[in-house]
Amino acid sequence: MFKRTTGGDFARPVPRIPGPKDIRRHIAYESELDPTFGERIARKAYGEKLFSCIQCGTCSGTCPVSHYMDYTPRKIIAMIREGFRDEVLHCVTIWLCASCYACTVDCPREIKITDVMYALKQEAMSQGVYPSRFSIPVLAREFFRGVERGGRSNELPIMLRFFMKTNPLRMLQNAPVAWRLWRTGRLSLRREQTQQRDTIRTLLRAAKAEEEKAP
Amino acid sequence: MSYWYYPGCSLKSNGGPYEESLLAVFRELDTPLWELDDWNCCGATSYMSIDEAQAFSLAARNLALAEQASRQSPEKGTPQLVAPCSACFLVLTKTQRYVKQHQDLARQVHTGLRAIGLDYQGAVQVRHPLDVFVNDIGIPRIRKAMKRSLDGLKVACYYGCQVVRPFATFDSAHNPTSMDRLVEALDAKPIPWPLKTRCCGGTLTGTIRDVGLRLSQILLKDAAQRGAEVVITVCPLCQFNLECYQQEIARTFRDTPRLPVLYLTQLMGKAFGIPDAALGMRRLFVSPEPAFARHQGGQPVHA
Repeated sequence: MFKRTTGGDFARPVPRIPGPKDIRRHIAYESELDPTFGERIARKAYGEKLFSCIQCGTCSGTCPVSHYMDYTPRKIIAMIREGFRDEVLHCVTIWLCASCYACTVDCPREIKITDVMYALKQEAMSQGVYPSRFSIPVLAREFFRGVERGGRSNELPIMLRFFMKTNPLRMLQNAPVAWRLWRTGRLSLRREQTQQRDTIRTLLRAAKAEEEKAP
Repeated sequence: MSYWYYPGCSLKSNGGPYEESLLAVFRELDTPLWELDDWNCCGATSYMSIDEAQAFSLAARNLALAEQASRQSPEKGTPQLVAPCSACFLVLTKTQRYVKQHQDLARQVHTGLRAIGLDYQGAVQVRHPLDVFVNDIGIPRIRKAMKRSLDGLKVACYYGCQVVRPFATFDSAHNPTSMDRLVEALDAKPIPWPLKTRCCGGTLTGTIRDVGLRLSQILLKDAAQRGAEVVITVCPLCQFNLECYQQEIARTFRDTPRLPVLYLTQLMGKAFGIPDAALGMRRLFVSPEPAFARHQGGQPVHA
């Protein structure tokens, strides 16, 4: 999906001039839009200010990974408001966001863009709309399960399961780093966990139940 | 004043040198850190992608535990919880703020906590070690603890994203200076560095490798071009990306310098004259020793 870059300049996707067929494919009809999508996301992400976006593009400019994204953060905000639910939930942008909060700090309208990205990730995860072996949601899910089980995250089992579920060959790619971590005593085999393992599960279930009760 | 210490998962694994040096430095400064009993993972960035109420409840349990612990301790006053990992610090401060501001979320979190017999009142104060060093302990006491001057060692102070953005109140989000001031106090020379809060790639190094490595490479290359001899960080993930993946970065991008990347607390410990073994110096992948040697391992300070 991403071309390897070699030194020098950033890798920028070369813009392709669309032919008439491409344009037709990119038209979204109003009947395909979800008019409630914007409000739903705004409510979820404490984004009551989502609708005050002035499309200035500060977020896209300050984002360190926007040039790898299919839609820049500014476009995402516009698309959410207009109800392009499927396009937004299927895009790579939401998964590329590394949560550095640069956009959130710089937004002149105080939109919490990072939280909007989280809301989109939650929506995409709950609907299962991401490529099946796409690594980022898989890591999030494995992390979640690991913590639910023991209360603390243990890198080794989480990473092993993560590579098994995405691309086992990547394990080889990361083996040298793992070996060096092991040699310097920075790869712990001891399982870190909270004293009572049920505690975390009870906590999470109760919070989830209360969340689902909300209108 | 004493502090509750919330290590977080990273400091117990690949961030081991951070924990070692942090505890050693706080001991040297006569400021005890008490590890919070039975703490759990803060949820980091991954948990927030799954479910909001669960992510905030998970983090809130630690805050509730800190309050409970301080109620049982003889010391009065607002409990102080030190979170050295940037992600933990961000998640804990964010949880506090959002629970305070949003009633729905507060109800969900409180319900969760009640189910496990805990209660969170919002009394605890979450602190980053940088904040404690500069504002509580203060530069004069740090200078007093110094046994070796770092003698003009050129240091790139890398704050990373989540320490100062967006919830921290102790430093500027755009041009933080707390770490620069600390380093200056140790007689080292912080380089002026516009990239000091630029993202290192976070977990992208593990997921979309080429993007993650590239972000880290930009930082290493720029720091070296500006003459830095070492990079220091306060985040286990930043340190991991910049140091542990340095060989991989160099293999992918031709113009990658070899730069030692250590924790702020390791550098402080060096100036305090704490032995290398107690600072986890030997657990680094790129030894900072040549850089220290250029400055004769730091000139002894004659009081």
